[in-house]
Amino acid sequence: MPVNLLDEPDIQAENRDYHWTLNFGPQHPATHTTLRLVLELEGETILNAIPDIGYLHSGFEKLGEHLNLNQYVTVVDRKNYISPPMNEVAWHNAVEKLLEIEITPRCKYIRVMIGELARISDHLLCTGAAALDLGAFTAFLFAFNLREMIYDIYEEMSGYRFHPGYTRTGGVMFDFTERVTDRIEKFLVTLPKILTDMEKLLFRNKIFIERMRGVGVLSKADAMAYCASGPIARASGVTYDLRKDEPYLSYSDFEFDVPYATEGDCYARFHVRMEEMVQSARILRQALDKLPSGPVNVPIADKFPMPDKGTTYGSMEGLIQHFELVMPNRGFQTPKKEVYAAVEGPSGELGYYLICDGTQVAWRTRTRPPAFVHFQLFPHMIKNHMISDIVAVLGSLNIIAAELDR
Amino acid sequence: MTTTQTSKPLPDATLARIRKRCGEGVFSVSSHLDNLRLYVPGSKLVELATILRDEFGFHLTELGGADYLGYPGRSPASHRFEVHYVLLNYDTAERLILKSGVSDPDPTLPTLVPVWLGAGWMEREVFDMYGIVFHGHPDLRRILMPEEFQSFPLRKDYPLRGRGERHNFERVTREDS
Repeated sequence: MPVNLLDEPDIQAENRDYHWTLNFGPQHPATHTTLRLVLELEGETILNAIPDIGYLHSGFEKLGEHLNLNQYVTVVDRKNYISPPMNEVAWHNAVEKLLEIEITPRCKYIRVMIGELARISDHLLCTGAAALDLGAFTAFLFAFNLREMIYDIYEEMSGYRFHPGYTRTGGVMFDFTERVTDRIEKFLVTLPKILTDMEKLLFRNKIFIERMRGVGVLSKADAMAYCASGPIARASGVTYDLRKDEPYLSYSDFEFDVPYATEGDCYARFHVRMEEMVQSARILRQALDKLPSGPVNVPIADKFPMPDKGTTYGSMEGLIQHFELVMPNRGFQTPKKEVYAAVEGPSGELGYYLICDGTQVAWRTRTRPPAFVHFQLFPHMIKNHMISDIVAVLGSLNIIAAELDR
Repeated sequence: MTTTQTSKPLPDATLARIRKRCGEGVFSVSSHLDNLRLYVPGSKLVELATILRDEFGFHLTELGGADYLGYPGRSPASHRFEVHYVLLNYDTAERLILKSGVSDPDPTLPTLVPVWLGAGWMEREVFDMYGIVFHGHPDLRRILMPEEFQSFPLRKDYPLRGRGERHNFERVTREDS
């Protein structure tokens, strides 16, 4: 049975002189970002943790009601900034679903590839930082060093290292060149070596294992009651993966497994993430081998994509289309409809509830942020653990403050 | 044209079973692409959600609000705000969206926290952004905006640049602290 929130101990109760309150954050190095926790302690045991969030609230959803569907891609990048391309894929997945655009097969493959690169990049940081917080500094350096290669791929494909802003309605900004695929090839050779190194360092490390195993246990029933998704739910035995169960883009073309565990502790979540990287690499390998040729954007006759320079200056249709898209108060029409579309993000279901009102600017861009949904699990998971377990549980939840507060 | 996302067929059989179980007149249905939406009045929300959880295996995955003030083509009789609850059945991969409308001056809905604990923070966010009160919520406080904030920022009549809250924010100097 899920634990009932309503049964929480009364904070105002008397005879609690021996309890003390500790403020944790918002600038504590182990929270990595701006999280604040108010902890009620008995000795070093946590009786109650009250998260206080909102320090990084920047009104991203309000901004979405004032920027057009292509401009907003730069803002979604900055939500989960550990894996920006995945946010872009999720955003344009919702936009194209609402506009009923069928993107080209090549574009689907490219979006799968940037999404999987983003997933690996996110999991590398999450597993690396989890190890760092528990004192295993070397594993973190291995992981972070490898992320550099992923940034190089982003730079090669879009010109930007951190926030590529790469997808567009009906396609992507630039097509993949051979130099991009070469970089991905090299990355796929390096990745297994680094993962093996990390495993060698961590999986026989007694301190690391003892601080992870049995800590922050989440049961399957709780995972479902608390709306958990992604690796956190899969480590508790909920084997749902949108890539398998509701295949979007071209995921049905690929062979991959969905790793899961049943223990539901920090160690299980760590293992699930490590294994997911291996599976993502498998998808990347197949996508590289099968990458279809052909156009990457939908035809400009559909009135959605921004034409490239050659088409703009070389053809009348291209010039008109470019003019239509860049001038204010023009652009494409949207239906007066609403839709919910989700993809499997690195830390769970990443969805958009998008409402359009006929113009190019969305009426409502509600994000379903996995970090926000998962952080409310924290008080439940940390109860009756020690202060030192906070970093283990936080690290395994992969809370990104920019996505948490938006 | 087809959609990018592989659309699942509408869970027609499931819908028929839900309708049979709940009786006529509890909800009205609309759909767009693969999204199936059940509009349900606030008074029937908890009952329907409990039935969907216990007998149909649906679980909450997403909860959010929207303000339709001035939405083109919307009839004046419709509610100003709508709250959506995206439900997912982990076994059959069926999705269902519950929608419930509320209006000023008393935007109140029953809470779904007793049905799904995960609704707690998401309802707090809707309260924070739209001022919709979830009756029976165990801890309905602002979550993203500061506690002393007076307005509801995602309402359509709240301007993008705010109403001067930022400029008038109390400044604490080193000497004062």
